[in-house]
Amino acid sequence: MLAKGKKMNSAKRREKVAFVILGLITLLIVVPIVMTILYVVKNGAGAISWEFLTQPPRNGMKQGGIFPAIVGTIFLIIGTMLFSLPLGILSAVYLVEYAKDNLFTRLIKLSVVNLSGIPSIVYGLFGFTLFVVFLRFGTSILAGSLTLAIMSLPVIITATKEALESVPFAFREISLSLGASKWQTVRYCVLPYAIPGILTGTVLSLSRAAGETAPILFTVAAFYLPRLPHSIFDQVMALPYHLYVISTQVPNMPAKISFATGLVLIALVFLMNLVSIILRAHYRKKKQW
Amino acid sequence: MVAESVIKTVNLNCSYGDTTALKNLNIEIFKNDILGIIGPANSGKTSFLRALNRLNYLNPNYSQTGDIIFEGKNIRQISDKLLRKKIGIIFALPQVLPVSIFHNIAYGPKVHGITKKAIVEEIVENSLKKAYLWDEVKDRLDTMATKISGGQQQRLCIARTLAVEPDVILYDEPCSGLDPISTAKVEDAMRELKKDYTQILVTNNTKQAARVTERCGFFLMGDLVEIEETETLFTNPKDKRTDDYITGRFG
Repeated sequence: MLAKGKKMNSAKRREKVAFVILGLITLLIVVPIVMTILYVVKNGAGAISWEFLTQPPRNGMKQGGIFPAIVGTIFLIIGTMLFSLPLGILSAVYLVEYAKDNLFTRLIKLSVVNLSGIPSIVYGLFGFTLFVVFLRFGTSILAGSLTLAIMSLPVIITATKEALESVPFAFREISLSLGASKWQTVRYCVLPYAIPGILTGTVLSLSRAAGETAPILFTVAAFYLPRLPHSIFDQVMALPYHLYVISTQVPNMPAKISFATGLVLIALVFLMNLVSIILRAHYRKKKQW
Repeated sequence: MVAESVIKTVNLNCSYGDTTALKNLNIEIFKNDILGIIGPANSGKTSFLRALNRLNYLNPNYSQTGDIIFEGKNIRQISDKLLRKKIGIIFALPQVLPVSIFHNIAYGPKVHGITKKAIVEEIVENSLKKAYLWDEVKDRLDTMATKISGGQQQRLCIARTLAVEPDVILYDEPCSGLDPISTAKVEDAMRELKKDYTQILVTNNTKQAARVTERCGFFLMGDLVEIEETETLFTNPKDKRTDDYITGRFG
């Protein structure tokens, strides 16, 4: 009896040690993120003003604001979303719900996974060759959005695929057994329950697209363009590229402006995540099984 | 009086990949029958049920030979949509969609194009009444279907099937997860439904088969060993294997 109690105790102790170690590891991941954000806020918050958010840059970028870059990035996010969301989600629906499991589909799935590992500069070059030169879109919002969309697709497809696969097979069976067609089943009994997962993956992927420099380098980004775009064939400034430019190409740039630009970009991405969290909470109420 | 044949299988063979589930099955089901199917696990009972409304084909390895005649027509000539509307199925575990009671039932009519609110409400009420559930849930049709008890969920599944106006209802061990009182209620519903529907009940519970069914078939390893009036099958089986099974010597 006594020996058994001792054994229990040591097992419990080991469990505690394991929990502490796991907790520390988690902390190790959180600390750098918090530090980075704090550092950016501390160095950049001072430069943020109404003028900074609503005026174009002036005086060799050292004064004025970053308004055109904010607008440019927002346009690019919207453009990316317009192209990548329908394409990504529909491909995932096809792969999970319709495609037969054969060599061809397995090849597609494999390529999708591998595509997410391609460096973003390669997407940039690809976008430049295909959209800017071959399709003659020029350096434009259209070319940039398409390039970013292609870059986002693998993550969106993978996340959507997993979200669809996590919907219990029973839901499809119920629906089909009542005489619903395949599409009705997907539309009413699968997609609604996969939305939280799809949102997570989509926003993750769009956030990354919003912060990328390499894919927009040759396809859309302008060094300095104070006026706002008139059509999707115009160039725009974009926050990540602007940040790169003012940090490396402009001599004697006040550091706080760079940090403030970074802060705005972080805030923008954070805002997107916030929207997705709210939407997700809304849809998760439905997910009760 | 000659009973009207509703479903008839002709040399039906079902298999999943290399595994044979049903061998050369010839069985006939008559109008307003409650046919029981008993037999141990892996005897092909579920495969038989799911062959009737082609749900077996959801498994990509499934293949089938022979014919199934439904209301005088080979089911190969009937679309999935119509066939599954006419032959409804109740699954082993109560499987409700994570939406309200109302919407669970309204889903069937919706996919068949009935969306007018007044008509849908009428269908929901009638279906719930037929499944003996109306009195228990009439004041809370907006409740999530996942929140009601297992027995109520199973009767909800019956109501959901009734809502698309089937001719035949298949039950795949409908009470395997239910307590005796819930089971009794489901069985009551089945007895009441006999007036208007043809029913096939697959069950592991021989006592349930004896309580509810009028004719009963015994399946073993993919063979239909014998099919008889339920009373005859349980009191005076022809085949020794049936006798062994119902007296509890195996299975």
